[in-house]
Amino acid sequence: MDVAFIIETIAKIVVILLVFSALAGLGTYFERKVLAFMQRRLGPMHVGPFGLLQVAADGIKLFTKEDIIPQNVVKPIFKIAPVITAATAFMASAAIPFWPQFTAFGYTVHPIVADINVGILYVLGVMAIGLYGPLLGGMASANKWSLISAARSAAVFISYEVITGLSLLAPLMMVGSLSLVDINNYQVGGITHWIVWSQPVAFVLFWIAAFAETGRTPFHLVANDHEIIDGFGTEYSGMRWGLFFIGEYANMFFISFVIAIIFLGGFGDGTIAGAFQLLLKVAFFFFFFLWTRAAWPDVRPDQLMWLCWKVLMPIAVLNIVVTGIVMMF
Amino acid sequence: MNHEEPFTNRNVSESSTYYYVDIETYPVSGWDKFKQVFRRAIRGELFVGLWVVMREMIKFDIHTLQYPLEKLPIGPRYRAVHKLLRLWESGYERCIGCGLCEKICISDCIRMDTRIDENSRKEVTEYSINLGRCIFCGYCAEVCPELAIVHGGRYENASEQRAHFVIKDDMLTPLDLLKAGEQAEYPGFGAIIPGSDASVKKTPLAY
Repeated sequence: MDVAFIIETIAKIVVILLVFSALAGLGTYFERKVLAFMQRRLGPMHVGPFGLLQVAADGIKLFTKEDIIPQNVVKPIFKIAPVITAATAFMASAAIPFWPQFTAFGYTVHPIVADINVGILYVLGVMAIGLYGPLLGGMASANKWSLISAARSAAVFISYEVITGLSLLAPLMMVGSLSLVDINNYQVGGITHWIVWSQPVAFVLFWIAAFAETGRTPFHLVANDHEIIDGFGTEYSGMRWGLFFIGEYANMFFISFVIAIIFLGGFGDGTIAGAFQLLLKVAFFFFFFLWTRAAWPDVRPDQLMWLCWKVLMPIAVLNIVVTGIVMMF
Repeated sequence: MNHEEPFTNRNVSESSTYYYVDIETYPVSGWDKFKQVFRRAIRGELFVGLWVVMREMIKFDIHTLQYPLEKLPIGPRYRAVHKLLRLWESGYERCIGCGLCEKICISDCIRMDTRIDENSRKEVTEYSINLGRCIFCGYCAEVCPELAIVHGGRYENASEQRAHFVIKDDMLTPLDLLKAGEQAEYPGFGAIIPGSDASVKKTPLAY
């Protein structure tokens, strides 16, 4: 392993960390603006032009706030839990190709930290470890709301891991590789070659599961403000709470990348146009997360479990069986 | 007074405009629940919701009022912090110190002190309203025979001291503003009829 490779990898990691931390902040700005427009409000307006610097103001507020550790919490676990959420979100991004490879100053750059051959398995696995953030944070908080939230998050995340795994199995059987780059190259022939046309059921199932994995609105019961305050985040303050937030928004961006790459052709043949198409697709999926938040109500935990085990999982299994039969003959 | 009741039949349940909404029976078995979910999923209600919020976003019909920069007009009868007015011609205070407002105030928050000055006119030396107790009912403005105490439109009464609004000097129209014609006549609650300027005279009255 030569020095150039190590330096390049570290540079990529730093870039991804910086870009997606900033995007997480901007994501909150867009969320507030989009929700406001959909509800005929203006959203943040006073800090900077069109409220753009609201992100900076929020960042300063979070960084300078007192870091309160309540009295009866389990201190080491309480302190480490937000780090787990943020860290796993960013670790999952290591196997995601954000951009096709390009050549700059005679040096070929692969905008993926590690093109491992179990890419999507790694992404889903590390995202699943992100469960320990809400779970441990909620259980260590010495707060009943946090405890309820921890129980819900454990139930929801573990259940919907089943859906993500099973729904992805069918497209992966067709592609024959777990690497996200290979999956992208499988659909290189243009819009008709996208996996969404051959696997529409898997696409919808994975999309639904993505809402549960990121805890977004139809399935926002992990931190439902009107039931359990902020759930696992109730006792947190300052930047520890901010880390939960960064993790959640980074997760939204990464899962949007994953959906776009697996089902919607990713960056296509790797031209600049294809690369920008990938960003457009990701932007659409991110926007859809905000869109549903404005439009849809939340479901109850038991409804969510019911949907997972009695509707989505049988459909996913059927989808795999049908795909297998079709591939066999 | 021959006031006619707009509704002759006030028992709304008997009128035909109200009807019972059909409520589906709740699903009992698992199969019924599945059918209900399937029906609702197929009917596309979720997409109706998506379309509605998207339509509002595209129409961009924003209803936000950016408050410190923009303000809604308030009605002339709005009862905010009180004002003491002056006579237009002479600039004297309209208040004759009769004490009716002090008497009628139901939350007992008006205090006044008067003396007979060198011209044998009754002069109001102290006049204060405890805004912490005032309920802005408007009785003081209604009872005032001289239209001296009225309700102004100043509803932004945040201050370091509650007393900042209610000393006599704060409520009384300053003389320079009066000369500039800035004193607005009060059109609400107990106000004089238009054209009655002639009857508002410098105290003591001529009769």
